[in-house]
Amino acid sequence: MSIQINRINCVGCGRCIEVCPGNLIKLDADKKAVIPYPRDCWGCTSCLKECKHEAINFFLGADIGGMGSILHTRQEGSRLVWEVDKWDGSKISVEVDKNRSNQY
Amino acid sequence: METKRIDTDILIIGGGTAGCYGAMCLAQDENLKILVAEKANIKRSGCLAAGVNAINSYVPSYRTYDEYVDYTRNDACKIVREDLLYTVAQGFNDAAHHLEKLGLVIQKDSEGNYAMRGRWNVKINGENIKPIMAKAVAELDNVTVLNHVNIADLVYRDNRVLGAYGFGVSEKVIYKITAKAVLMCTGGAAGLYRPNNPGFSRHKMWYSPFNTGAGFAMGIKAGAEMTTFEMRFIALRCKDTIAPTGTIALGVGGKEINAMGKVYEGKYGLKTCDRVYGTLRETLEGRGPCYINTKGIGKAAADDLKKAYLNMAPSQTLKWIEAGKDASEADVEIEGTEPYIVGGHTASGYWVDTGRATTVKGLFAAGDVAGGSPKKYVTGAMAEAKIASGSIVRYLEELSEHEGDGEAVERQFDVLDEELNGYLPDKLPLYGIDDIEDAMQKIMDTYAGGIGSNYQYSEKGLEAARYKIENLEKLMPALVAKDMHELMQIYEIRERITVCKTLLVHMEARQETRWHSFGENQDHPYADDKHWLKYVNTKLQDGEIRVIFRDLVKRDEYYEHTD
Repeated sequence: MSIQINRINCVGCGRCIEVCPGNLIKLDADKKAVIPYPRDCWGCTSCLKECKHEAINFFLGADIGGMGSILHTRQEGSRLVWEVDKWDGSKISVEVDKNRSNQY
Repeated sequence: METKRIDTDILIIGGGTAGCYGAMCLAQDENLKILVAEKANIKRSGCLAAGVNAINSYVPSYRTYDEYVDYTRNDACKIVREDLLYTVAQGFNDAAHHLEKLGLVIQKDSEGNYAMRGRWNVKINGENIKPIMAKAVAELDNVTVLNHVNIADLVYRDNRVLGAYGFGVSEKVIYKITAKAVLMCTGGAAGLYRPNNPGFSRHKMWYSPFNTGAGFAMGIKAGAEMTTFEMRFIALRCKDTIAPTGTIALGVGGKEINAMGKVYEGKYGLKTCDRVYGTLRETLEGRGPCYINTKGIGKAAADDLKKAYLNMAPSQTLKWIEAGKDASEADVEIEGTEPYIVGGHTASGYWVDTGRATTVKGLFAAGDVAGGSPKKYVTGAMAEAKIASGSIVRYLEELSEHEGDGEAVERQFDVLDEELNGYLPDKLPLYGIDDIEDAMQKIMDTYAGGIGSNYQYSEKGLEAARYKIENLEKLMPALVAKDMHELMQIYEIRERITVCKTLLVHMEARQETRWHSFGENQDHPYADDKHWLKYVNTKLQDGEIRVIFRDLVKRDEYYEHTD
């Protein structure tokens, strides 16, 4: 379970560094976010939701059945749009309205 | 290394749910100066960083507080503090209403009441519960939040807390804080045992891996009495992603089934611990793997589950999408986690009076760090913080200055400085921080009832664990931190070793098996109501962990510390 930071999208704003509950993300010499402790990620996705540039991708480790797909998210008004870039090249998106409670 | 000094009226250690709500309650008295010290950032810290799937403790109008106490007492096999359960129950609904006022989305039924999920749960969108609380705290004029500061030790004198010592997790700053009272809200302890996925995904665990039992350890070292650590918590979770199963069970009515497709739910009992035990037994007897039956729930339900999990455990949604099979097409495999010590789910934690004061004067506890009151969850943590806040205000009214406190505090700060500096020399250590963690988790897994030993343990094994953990502790002073992050990691291991030592004494002291899996004592495999309807408490005295047995506290009793 961990995240991968897209260095091209990252603008070095530091928002992810601020919210990571494990203090796991740091800024490198090029002012880009890096995760020096990928094994220590809890998988809470706080950083994905905080990032305004979709620069952070979340994936499942191979040891827990990860197949190489990545999950990212962006906010559109009151909706969180979650997108999975699947290992087979397909894309699947799921939208969650923040103003609507879980049905379960 | 720079040193910063802060003087405050009240120090809240940990800005999770309990800590944030404690700050909100205390801030109502404008004359009080409140400081919240948080290891990460209160916006996304603690066990609710990813969000929460429901408010799990709410008393609808057609139920009573007594029913909640009876239900919880039964689930915990009678070892609960009924006074604490009753008083948190009284505060559940106010806490939920307060969260709604702050902006939490809660589902209503056609009559405007909260929509219930099961007996005590309310349906919400809890993805942003922490940002909502953090925003409310930021608006309080008399509350200062110190983010990214790890509090490592309490300073105290004559069994009275006087402040705390900590350091920045990336900034090279030592914090020396003096306070008239401390509210401990650090959460429970994860990472004591070898986790389900010890490799790359070692932190893909049920509870926050960043809750490393700091509050327990600080209290233990300061001589605070602890209770019921032997009632460990093990969660029944979705295999690999360690995502919650309750949402499936309560939401779409999925039942626990074995590899043959046969329902075993209920066969071993329906208590929280029985569900873990049943899944283990089915597997050990050759009928694993086990699942929650979701096949056939329909596409719409499966899609709603995907959304619900994105609000609290996105890995499960990713797993469904990645596999190309959703919950309507494949049953969800389940497994038990490694054991945790967590007072929001079981009864482990600080031994508190009904006002949530610990046995150390001026030190109060709320949330997962406070014992005696299982199944209190989010609203219970908040209710406790509110009760503790009231007690703190009363404590401060009666507090008088003691001569010599200042010098005593300075002496302790000096000792703590020396300890911290001991980890900073520029030398090549023999053992790394991860080596110590691996060793600790292996010992606990093998000899103290981890996953690898099917949660079972014996007196002989516990004795071996104590010996090995004590030896491991001797390696601690030789560890070296090359930066502030590693310094934090060293303190996190120290905390967990301190918690393990106390836990092992508790497990050895309760000579019965009251809770399957949570406390599976192979030397004493049955529950023994005649001798063991009592609390096992411990206290560190003159370097020894002393066991104290205490009688059960009654529902209508106002319990006060007397000895």
